[in-house]
Amino acid sequence: MTALHTLTVQAMLEGLDGREFSAAELCEQTLDAIDAANPRLNAFITVTHDEARAQARAADEARARGEAGPLAGVPIALKDILLNRGVRTTAASRMLSNFVAPYDGAVVERLRTAGAVFVGKTNCDAFAMGSSNENSFFGPVDNPVVPGCTPGGSSGGSAAAVAAHLCGAAIGTDTGGSIRQPASHCGIVGLKPTYGRVSRFGVVAFASSLDQVGPMGKTVQDTARLLEVIAGHDPRDATSSRQPTEPWTEATRRGVDGLEGLRIGVPREYFVGGIEPDVEAAIRAAIDRLEVAGAELHEISLPHTEYAVATYYLLCTAEASSNLARYDGMRYGHRADGDDLLEVYARSRDEGFGDENKRRIMLGTYALSAGYYDAYYLRAQKVRTLIRRDFEQAFASVDAIVTPTSPSTAFPLGTRVEDPLAMYLSDIYTISCNLAGLPGMSLPCGVDGAGKPIGLQLLGRWFEEATLFRIGAAHEALAAPMRSTP
Amino acid sequence: MSERHISEEEVRHVARLARLALNDDELQSIGRDLNAILDYVDKLAELDLTGVEPTTHAVPLELALRQDVVVKTLTREDVLANAPSAREGLFCVPRAVEGGN
Repeated sequence: MTALHTLTVQAMLEGLDGREFSAAELCEQTLDAIDAANPRLNAFITVTHDEARAQARAADEARARGEAGPLAGVPIALKDILLNRGVRTTAASRMLSNFVAPYDGAVVERLRTAGAVFVGKTNCDAFAMGSSNENSFFGPVDNPVVPGCTPGGSSGGSAAAVAAHLCGAAIGTDTGGSIRQPASHCGIVGLKPTYGRVSRFGVVAFASSLDQVGPMGKTVQDTARLLEVIAGHDPRDATSSRQPTEPWTEATRRGVDGLEGLRIGVPREYFVGGIEPDVEAAIRAAIDRLEVAGAELHEISLPHTEYAVATYYLLCTAEASSNLARYDGMRYGHRADGDDLLEVYARSRDEGFGDENKRRIMLGTYALSAGYYDAYYLRAQKVRTLIRRDFEQAFASVDAIVTPTSPSTAFPLGTRVEDPLAMYLSDIYTISCNLAGLPGMSLPCGVDGAGKPIGLQLLGRWFEEATLFRIGAAHEALAAPMRSTP
Repeated sequence: MSERHISEEEVRHVARLARLALNDDELQSIGRDLNAILDYVDKLAELDLTGVEPTTHAVPLELALRQDVVVKTLTREDVLANAPSAREGLFCVPRAVEGGN
């Protein structure tokens, strides 16, 4: 029999519904896989054996009663910045290394109601700031597909957990590419939904106008299934949208036929220098396949692309400096000793935050400070308008946009940490999507000469995730024959 | 270090504003990083932004008001469970006001 934990979510549900195996068996195999692999991968900060077993038992009982939820018995990993009641939620930081969540966040609540089995909390960059998972207080994560390389970040532990079959699917968060880039580097599917599609209630905040929660899975259909569960309006998040959710799993069922009548844009600014030749070749080949299979291709222009990294790093650091002001060592989080209140604040923050957190708090504080606000923060907000308009114009003539997810494949651990600017520049293809609030998806798209996974990115119109699922499923069907080759 | 944008004294000032007790090494390295990053973000100055409105959120937001009804909140026990220091159902914090006992 196939090792149960290696199945897709779809196959897990079919097996559970067909009584081929129980949620308890699936849970045990998954926990065994985690216990075997995690000392090497460091993908999980906390493994919740007891909670998982109890939820698996409850899922089996619910199924026996005919009351199984849409994810009943499916092992799910949660990025460790999502609060689940009674479980340590560290944000991969020293600041929250002993913080036990006093309530469930909205996404956790929805997954719980759907019958999901929470196997643990995955590693990430501290407070979700980073592109390599090397900024975690709990140490880096190894890439299960390319040992010795980073899994990408910030949701690196979630991506590694999916790729190594340590869960059916995982939840990540994406502020500037933190779901899509690690999905790309680990060879899995990752979706950043439209801003406002998924509630941010109960997610440790990084940059509130950019943060969005999304699914990471082995297939396009699995991510669609998860989005159906986690999306929807939530009054506890003032930015939560009232757009109706859709049966997204249906959108994945048409395979190659789903391309019919779709116009796909290829932005010329995304194919100019800095991109690894193997990555460009794989993306071009995928685009050709989509065209041969029936999509209509158009070259488009997103003229302000070259300003996106600068805009993003001013806005996200400004928002981060404000969001992270709450960590003062008084009501929760790390508290250091000091002679007076101010010293306790400053030392608690110096000890509790990692280097990248401090760098961003400093840049954000500077960009918001008297005398610099107009030159940096306000200017960046205006350029954000131009970037958003680029997409509005593009989407007048195309239904989706196709690009690489990252200019490179997974890079070796320790090679980029010393140069923050170089690390920021590697986010070039993913951050415009967050600045514009669009949905974006990364899909496996073959491997480079060294066998490292390459990611194809799809961007869609606001609240048109269905289009991404259609194209994603078609791409998957077209790429499937390649998958058996090593 | 290059101080084209921000001097060492300004880095200290920003650290005070951000309530970060950075040591000298951190002040040096963060100052160096900030100058490099600010050099890079200067490219935004190339753009003519006359008449361009700032974007705070990419998706239009409606004013969200909640119903004025009583809802369940966390218990005192839950709230204090993560406190670095708590006594008699209250947070304990360092002295914030000078003088007296």
